[in-house]
Amino acid sequence: MSTELPVLKPADFASDQDVRWCPGCGDYSILAQMKKVLPELSIPLEETVFISGIGCSSRFPYYMNTYGMHSIHGRAPAFATGLKSTRPELSVWVITGDGDALSIGGNHLMHAIRRNIDINIVLFNNSIYGLTKGQYSPTSKVGHVTKSTPLGSIDHPLNPISVALAAEATFVARSIDVNAKHLIKTLTRAAQHKGTSFVEVYQNCNVFNDGAWDYMKDKATKADNVLELENGKPMVFGNGEKGIRLNGFTPEIVALKDVPVDDLLFHDESCPDPQLAFLLSRLKHPHFPEPIGVFRSVERPTYDDEINRQVANATENQGEGQLSDLLSSGDTWTVE
Amino acid sequence: MISTTDQFPPTSKPSESVNGVTVRLAGDSGDGMQLLGSQLTNTSALSGNDVATFPDFPAEIRAPRGTRAGVSGFQVQFSAEEIFTPGDGLDALIAMNPAALVTNIEDLKPGGILIVNSDSFAEKDLKLAKLDTNPLDSDKLESYRLIQVPMSKLTRTAVEETKISTKLADRCKNFFAMGLVFWLYGRDVEPTLRFIEAKFRGKEDVSNANRLALKAGWNYGETTEDFASTYQVPAAQLEPGTYRNIMGNQALALGLVAASKLSDKKLFLGSYPITPASDVLHELSKFKRFGVRTFQAEDEIAAVCSAIGAAFGGSMAVTTSSGPGIALKGEGIGLGLILELPFIVIDIQRGGPSTGLPTKTEQSDLLMVMHGRNGESPLPIISASSPADCFAVAIEAWRIATKFMTPVIILSDGYIANGAEPWKMPAVEELPSIEIGHPVADGTPFEPYRRNDDLARPWAVPGTPGLMHRVGGLEKEDGSGNVSYDPQNHQHMVKTRAQKVQNVANVIDDLEVDGAESGLLVLSWGGTLGACRTAARMCAQQGKSVGHAHLRWLNPFPKNLGEILDRYDQVLIPELNTGQLRLLIKSEFSVNVEGFNKVQGKPFAVSEVTEKINSMLT
Ligand SMILES: Cc1ncc(C[n+]2csc(CCOP(=O)(O)OP(=O)(O)O)c2C)c(N)n1
Ligand code: SF4
Ligand SMILES: [Mg+2]
Repeated sequence: MSTELPVLKPADFASDQDVRWCPGCGDYSILAQMKKVLPELSIPLEETVFISGIGCSSRFPYYMNTYGMHSIHGRAPAFATGLKSTRPELSVWVITGDGDALSIGGNHLMHAIRRNIDINIVLFNNSIYGLTKGQYSPTSKVGHVTKSTPLGSIDHPLNPISVALAAEATFVARSIDVNAKHLIKTLTRAAQHKGTSFVEVYQNCNVFNDGAWDYMKDKATKADNVLELENGKPMVFGNGEKGIRLNGFTPEIVALKDVPVDDLLFHDESCPDPQLAFLLSRLKHPHFPEPIGVFRSVERPTYDDEINRQVANATENQGEGQLSDLLSSGDTWTVE
Repeated sequence: MISTTDQFPPTSKPSESVNGVTVRLAGDSGDGMQLLGSQLTNTSALSGNDVATFPDFPAEIRAPRGTRAGVSGFQVQFSAEEIFTPGDGLDALIAMNPAALVTNIEDLKPGGILIVNSDSFAEKDLKLAKLDTNPLDSDKLESYRLIQVPMSKLTRTAVEETKISTKLADRCKNFFAMGLVFWLYGRDVEPTLRFIEAKFRGKEDVSNANRLALKAGWNYGETTEDFASTYQVPAAQLEPGTYRNIMGNQALALGLVAASKLSDKKLFLGSYPITPASDVLHELSKFKRFGVRTFQAEDEIAAVCSAIGAAFGGSMAVTTSSGPGIALKGEGIGLGLILELPFIVIDIQRGGPSTGLPTKTEQSDLLMVMHGRNGESPLPIISASSPADCFAVAIEAWRIATKFMTPVIILSDGYIANGAEPWKMPAVEELPSIEIGHPVADGTPFEPYRRNDDLARPWAVPGTPGLMHRVGGLEKEDGSGNVSYDPQNHQHMVKTRAQKVQNVANVIDDLEVDGAESGLLVLSWGGTLGACRTAARMCAQQGKSVGHAHLRWLNPFPKNLGEILDRYDQVLIPELNTGQLRLLIKSEFSVNVEGFNKVQGKPFAVSEVTEKINSMLT
């Protein structure tokens, strides 16, 4: 391998295919930020692989000038697991949607996360099935009126961050499609983490669920509705006027004019126990501001390291397997 | 052949030479019948007999003790002649309890030896087997040589000196039965003594007790007046070479490792446990030092998808399952097919539909693997015909998968998977290597779907500079591989993928006929080879014009199949399903075929096939 890597630019990561999302779709911004993140990682184009399921979001790999696979609905983590287990040197990204990851693919998501295979999973959460033209998804709120729920959804939604934490994800974060700076920072952290990185991105589907995340984006409301997590820092929001404090096990909003900052909850993303991160994941609009940033970042052996370590150890301890020994293992006899 | 140790002196009784023997060992699923059977098989193979086995066990791990549902059996035929099946009628039946007796006695030949553990025919045992009267008292057993052995009592006495508990002592009675059977057929105890030593290392008392039980059984044969003589089965005239005894799933695992070595590829298995396929996962997970990576996935879907991910990365990827799991893999296999990546899907068939008969054999997944995917989605399908054949099938499947860049399906079945036979080990140097090429950038724009003469596309793997490309399940333009909704292109791609599979026929062996060139043709596939070949030859020996051909590739068919079918007046297709190959043959060739179909979870008996042939010839 040559030691001098060519310096890559965002444009180098663009494939020759026309991007086909609806104009105004939040996916465009995520694509643009990803193209800015990747050159900074100093990983050659050919060593990056994007694997997706099915959905609008899952068209993503076609637009990247890397290796890619647009697979089948919900199963991207499984393809990524097979690839990363056998080619641990590759940088593997999984692109998925809320339906893809949490509905049909819920099982694979959970298992990839608990194995801590070293991949980066980016979940584009638009709280709707975009590609199939607007049915409610596992993250749609109760009461959400869609094509398949004319009287409103009666399904209790899943919280993607809570799900990832329940599966003991070692890296969990959330960001917002149009918050370019934050998204770049978050994706970069995800890429740098060794083990499964899970990133939920609030993504606008302007055709079938427009404005779902406006409360997190609008100038007028975002200060009160967004809690930006920073490791080691107190949980302050609302233009520095409000904070989150723990009352027993229960979080509460306090005004900083009444309460000293030291009384607030401080973020510790590397806390070995996931309880704090889980508690943060439960902060939901409209009762609380919703956290963005890194909820959790801890170390645990990765599946790809371990599967290859077992092979390496067995080879070292018993010697590389010879076919002739293998075939004749056990009792044999010779016919003259 | 008996190694004469002072523990196991050779018999002083007269010995009768016989050509072959079929024995069935039947008892409770906790009685260790499978172990006894595999030991008897092993020692028989080691003494040069040809052997074939048929283990038959219940789906429940520990079905209620003593009940008919809990009966586990192991049948083995060992012979001085070449044999293809575990035998039809039994020469001897060893029944460890009343349930085992009544569920198996029908298969014992008149005059056959019936050895029972008479200690397990008490009132309560009869009740568990739902019997009102003791079958040992019935005159129905008069046509057999009934030998009642108080095995439980004799075993307890034999192991007394080890001071192990009565419970443990009772567990040794299969070794007592083994000792008796080994004595009766003059089998070498040496391999079993070694087995006991290895298996119970660290548990000296148990090891010792089993050895004592084995010896007591042996001595019982020698001293009892029930047996006037023993039987000797001379070595078979097998082809010269070095042999080992092998089960189907073992042979599959070895074949896969061999294929990976021959192609210089790392082997990856993605699998989810299911009977009767799990043993391939178990076997392969032991072979880490051969560079094998095994992944026990969360389900069969993840298993096949992980295999496709590994194939995309350039590994030799395999997924194994049985019918229910293959059904789940359908969508993933379809993706692999349109991605045109090489990998192997192994279906070890069992009785269906649904959960069906998990531990019983059947050939009823042929149409599923042929047609059970959405869209026009043909794939090459190869079938194994015997336990040892699994080795060669695995290698051939990988050769075809990589030559044509396609998933390949291997069909095996429960009968092959768990059956055993002597396997003449190939010389490693003589196995041809499997050449696989991966493209590198040459300055021209890379076209991932640019095809060669076989219609195979290049296998460009991630990590290769300049060949970055995207694959996916959407229809793609031939050549560039870009997503394409063009109507003409789709028709062209459907045709091209089908033609690619047809091209496999250019490189596979022609179909061979054993026996007559006209008259009646028996056409079979998969695990019925043994019964069909034996039956056809028996009929031919009686002067009938009967030939037999056995299909290995089920898609595509060998090129000369049509011409062979045309030569015969009658074609018989015996299958362990309701006529799946027959349907495929009828749709491709305009011949009249007759089916012989059995769906009882059991393999064909040779006599069933001969009867069918004879009925067609009169
Ligand atoms: C097996 C299967 N079932 C159903 C579909 C149809 N389908 C395609 S995408 C999709 C939902 C996608 O929703 P989401 O994952 O949220 O992605 P989005 O389009 O919103 O980005 C469905 C149901 C499919 N392609 N495959
Ligand atoms: S349907 Fe929604 S999610 Fe899909 S491309 Fe259009 S705007 Fe984006
Ligand atoms: Mg969605």
